Amino acid sequence: MSLKGKAAAIGIGELKPAKEPGDLTALGLMAKVSAEAIADAGLEKKDIDGFLVGMPFADPGMIYPASAAEVMGLVPRMLNVVDIGGASPAGMIWRAAAAIDAGMCSAVLCVVADLNRAGDQRPPVISTQREFEAPYGNIGANCGYALIARRHMHEFGTTAEQMAKVAVDQRKNALKNPLATFNDKELTIQDVLNSRMIVDPLHLFEIVSPVSGAAAVVVASPEVAKRSTNPPVWLLGAGECANHSSITYAPSIVESPIKYAAETAFKMAGLKPADMNLVCPYDCYTITVIVTLDDAGFCKKGQGGRFVQEHDLTYAGDLPCNTHGGQLSFGQPGLAGGMSHVTEGIRQLMGRGGARQVRNARLGYVNGNGGIMSEQASLVLERRS
Amino acid sequence: MSEYVKPLPKPSPTSRPFWEAAKKHELRLQKCGACGKFIYYPRDRCPNCFSDNLSWQQVSGRGTLYSYTTVYRASTRSFADAPYVLAIVELDEGPRMTTNIVAPPDKLKVGMPVTVYFDDVTPTHTLVKFKPT
Repeated sequence: MSLKGKAAAIGIGELKPAKEPGDLTALGLMAKVSAEAIADAGLEKKDIDGFLVGMPFADPGMIYPASAAEVMGLVPRMLNVVDIGGASPAGMIWRAAAAIDAGMCSAVLCVVADLNRAGDQRPPVISTQREFEAPYGNIGANCGYALIARRHMHEFGTTAEQMAKVAVDQRKNALKNPLATFNDKELTIQDVLNSRMIVDPLHLFEIVSPVSGAAAVVVASPEVAKRSTNPPVWLLGAGECANHSSITYAPSIVESPIKYAAETAFKMAGLKPADMNLVCPYDCYTITVIVTLDDAGFCKKGQGGRFVQEHDLTYAGDLPCNTHGGQLSFGQPGLAGGMSHVTEGIRQLMGRGGARQVRNARLGYVNGNGGIMSEQASLVLERRS
Repeated sequence: MSEYVKPLPKPSPTSRPFWEAAKKHELRLQKCGACGKFIYYPRDRCPNCFSDNLSWQQVSGRGTLYSYTTVYRASTRSFADAPYVLAIVELDEGPRMTTNIVAPPDKLKVGMPVTVYFDDVTPTHTLVKFKPT
């Protein structure tokens, strides 16, 4: 039972995020980026027979898959909302491959579009969070990740400088990404540590900025992949796990379900973290990258801080990490932020990284993360020569 | 007397005993009769073994500070009176709770012992917070 080599990403679409939503609508962005991805795949809309869509934060409840399919005139033979938070986009890729492998469809459009703006955080919708988190001020994601960071610093000696380095190295990558929101100025460790303290120990520049945008990937069967003008990027392994929703109830707040998701993905692929040429870990906060790397096995558990300090995470470095700048520099277009890691991994492996192309980019690890290090979906991707 | 603007818990049939005990300044949790674990937040079935043999018991009110953060910039207007300390307390009996620590942030350390403090935030609602022991 394996998804190895059963499907490939053959086309991508991604919009440059907008700082203010203005007149944009989630459905409008969705249609625009879907058209881009389908054309990029070398297909026509009528070739799409599978549909996976994220429920935008901006239009909750309104975008059921059939409604969005109707708006775009799609006729899917497999359709679903994928609702695992920020991990939804990564989770879509293996779900598409599984549906293809099951013979349900042959070309799946995986798309997320969302509007997000700075301002008052919406109160939680989930009743248990409304009752046991919100009254104490645990609203949104900031507190949860600050709690993780504090404990990781306490248990493992992770430092503020190590966390800041994630933002600094990724910003260097963003300078080569015309789509990134923050792509004009380098950041130094001091810049990050001097930025406003929001939720101790996390500073402003360690936290994603809300923007609006959309991204899409077309995943295809080996048969359809032959028609693509892009080199197909094959799914070699996937893994998924969630063991909590609110961080308080996680078995450990410094060890996430990435441990299980990554283990499964690498096992399915028959590969190890050290085999990867690049990594694209979801980065809502700097600490997220550190925990991801030490949970996924790139270093020993707890050593993620020292690991990022000792490695060059830029596109030209020894472990290129989020070469698009990460969401920290790209911006977080709501639920579509998670797709930016998937599209960048695919883009690099296709050899389309432009000024930030990673040399010998053949194997990539992508991690999708939801909630507060809650839902996790790990992927191992390959470009075959 | 200023109005309390923060979100208040709306008890469910499952959680009502917890909040009613809090109003009486008692910390009561469910204990599973099958596996013996204490449960938080209140459930209909044990999240460990899934038994429905649950009974309410008073617990010690003691725990340790598992992690904490000082929120300087709140994400909602209702908490504009930041800074405040958001924390996870691990009760001696096992479960962890999301809570606030009522103490100056510079006095706090991960792992320090804490004791429950019942905050009567409105005439009808009491929140379960903690202070350094």
